Amino acid sequence: MTAEPRPPAVTMRGICKAFDGVRVLQDVDFDVLQGEIHALAGGNGAGKSTLMKILQGVYSLDAGEISIAGEPVKLGSIHDARAAGVGMVFQEFSLVPSFTVAQNIFLTTEPKGRGGLLDDKEAARRARTVFQRMEVNVDPNAKIADLGTAYWQLTEIAKALAQDAKVLIMDEPTASLAKHEADALFELAGRLKVEGVSIIYISHRMDEIYRLADRITILRDGRWHLTEALTDVTPEQIVEGIVGRQLEDALQYRDRSVVTGGVPLLEARGLRSGSRVRDVSFSLHPGEILGIAGLMGSGRTELARCLFGIDKLDAGEVLLRGDVVDLGDTRKAISSGVALIPEDRRKQGLVLDHSVRDNLLLPLLGSIRRGLLLDDRRGTSLARALIERFTVKAANPSRPVRLLSGGNQQKVVIAKWLGTDPDVLVMDEPTAGVDIGTKNEILGMIRELADAGKAVLLISSEYPELLAVSDRVLVLREGRVVDDLARESIPDEEHLQLAVQGVRT
Amino acid sequence: MSRTTSVPPAAPSSGPGASRKIPLGLGGFDWHRYVIYIGFVVVFLVFAALLGDRGFLSSNNLLSILRQTSTITVIAVAMTYVIACAEIDLSVGSVAGLSSVVSAMAVSNWGLVPGILAGLGVGFAVGAINGGLVSMLNIPSFLVTLGMLGIAAGVAQWVTGSAPVPILNDTFNLMFGGGDIGPIPGRIVWSALFVALGAVVLAKTRFGRQVLATGGNRIAAEFTGVNTKKIKFQVLLISSVVAAIAGMLYAGRLQSGRFQWGAGDELSAIAAVILGGTSLFGGAGSVIGTLFGALLIGLINNGLILLGLDTSQQQVIRGAIIILAVALARKR
Repeated sequence: MTAEPRPPAVTMRGICKAFDGVRVLQDVDFDVLQGEIHALAGGNGAGKSTLMKILQGVYSLDAGEISIAGEPVKLGSIHDARAAGVGMVFQEFSLVPSFTVAQNIFLTTEPKGRGGLLDDKEAARRARTVFQRMEVNVDPNAKIADLGTAYWQLTEIAKALAQDAKVLIMDEPTASLAKHEADALFELAGRLKVEGVSIIYISHRMDEIYRLADRITILRDGRWHLTEALTDVTPEQIVEGIVGRQLEDALQYRDRSVVTGGVPLLEARGLRSGSRVRDVSFSLHPGEILGIAGLMGSGRTELARCLFGIDKLDAGEVLLRGDVVDLGDTRKAISSGVALIPEDRRKQGLVLDHSVRDNLLLPLLGSIRRGLLLDDRRGTSLARALIERFTVKAANPSRPVRLLSGGNQQKVVIAKWLGTDPDVLVMDEPTAGVDIGTKNEILGMIRELADAGKAVLLISSEYPELLAVSDRVLVLREGRVVDDLARESIPDEEHLQLAVQGVRT
Repeated sequence: MSRTTSVPPAAPSSGPGASRKIPLGLGGFDWHRYVIYIGFVVVFLVFAALLGDRGFLSSNNLLSILRQTSTITVIAVAMTYVIACAEIDLSVGSVAGLSSVVSAMAVSNWGLVPGILAGLGVGFAVGAINGGLVSMLNIPSFLVTLGMLGIAAGVAQWVTGSAPVPILNDTFNLMFGGGDIGPIPGRIVWSALFVALGAVVLAKTRFGRQVLATGGNRIAAEFTGVNTKKIKFQVLLISSVVAAIAGMLYAGRLQSGRFQWGAGDELSAIAAVILGGTSLFGGAGSVIGTLFGALLIGLINNGLILLGLDTSQQQVIRGAIIILAVALARKR
């Protein structure tokens, strides 16, 4: 392709940043052209978010230069960055839930009417104009708390555009979106690009990067590693660039020849619960990994909730080692040897402000009790053992878990439950939002656990991942099992995709 | 019209959030938001029916309800800002007491203007300390102002040796709540002034919006460019200064300063704010709601007295009504 020379939107040169003497970024160069979608990738702790926070004016830089639209700028605060035209679409949404869409869009830049008082009608009118430009349908007077995450994201984008942002930073924007919502977002990104808006796109999802981005820059261990047009780089090169080594292919299925005779460890018979789980039966043997595939709303998550005693069963029974068990609440489920790695680690999996240690020990408090009191020393050594076993990168186990990267937080959630030594592990989207390196580690962990005789129920919307580890795949549709496929009978991803969509081959 | 891609079709055609936003649509009526007004009317009608023959509806009695709630209303208006910002100020009652004492002493020694300035000075000093500790050192406002509650009350009692300080300056007494403007007691004018100003500033100015944003999602506000530390400092400063003015209103009406003036007012003010629909978790607040919260409390006090209940019984019933009202106002 003959690339027309486009003017630069952002030029970052020789960026260095250290926290408490620890180098986080060293001599990083980063360029984005006008009207370009530029993917930014790297493993946990590679420095992506630090680099972006410098561009937003949240962190100051120790050394280096930044130019925006060719003009050298000093970004001393968020204000400076916004004035220079940098807008951020936050991963953790930066909206005030009790405000309307328009009030959020114009927070700190509210239009004023007579007597210098705020004019919410004018704000709503201007918001409507922005949404028209984005070609999306959002009611500016709706309250954020009443809307779904897809709308939050559109509001975030509108907020940036209303301030005339020329550069949009999107951090894992599809992490909490359903597929059709993500598609709509990609369309919007494409339109903005045509308008000359540059987008810095941070994502772990390879398909999105290829679909959307023009170029990719990879950071590794705080250094610039590579910048390349996506037409000139293979997924293998990207993965290798992020992880820093050739991966033994974790996404390659290995036949683990599970013995499925004998009494199943877990058996579900005709489960029904609420409107989402209608009729689910399956059996799961020791050492087996059972994948659950299905579209959004097929009842995957609700099934997991039933098995862990969060949702009550309306009909059907659950058997553990051949005996009917009552999973009436989560405590019963835990004592029966079932553990759930929940979908949303931040909300359901962790007490974010508590330390890594305390989070790890939460389900284990019973076992470290001495008399009436907790045995602190045993707790600490137990936590340390779990951290080591699951290679959680935590500088200090007594710091809040909130400070860890997403991948490491997920490891804490997994470690926490494996500390209870469960027999049955239910994992709901265990690799959502983690980088490729950690994802491979987690998949490796799942295989190890199964090899050690545990039964794993893996819910995932990523087919390559399901196919990589599952020995069998259960396809759910509208709360019913519509297919129970042995791994050998699924030749490829497309086949599974069709089965999930309900297209017969 | 441009081609609109109707993106994530959560609520088809009617647009997002439409189902819950229609103010008077069938079944969509969000009565939680208006529970304080409904409650006010209901309690008023009940008392009117029960106590109509005992003078409840006389203009004298109704005016006295307004008069009795006026000082709490003033404190509660400022408290609305503090709570909407997801902070709390427990020191307002003691600050009122301290300011009544200090302004009384200053009035007797140096005259009217120094007296007023001294009272305001108490508010500024305490507010700056509260706000500084909360915003600079990140100490929870609950703890800071709990400590300040004791300190301010202690200082007020200490400097006066527990005795009241009489105020003989008639201008002071007339200005601060003793006098009338036409048929309307001055105190009611003061509280009307505070309510009007407070309502407009909270709903219609950038400062008010930023207070709500700080309370609704501090991180989001900070990342949007709101100086949330400054906002927290300001609301706690305002709260103390207004409490100091309330202290002078006590002093003017009772023609003396005393450490006990205002004692316990923080709880009535907080109750009025929460009854008025301001979220205890911040992010949403209404000064008009607060006014009606304060009036409802005053109404209940008045009605219970007319019913002939003694103080202990009043307390029990008042507490129960407040819990009930807050429970009803809660969503879900």
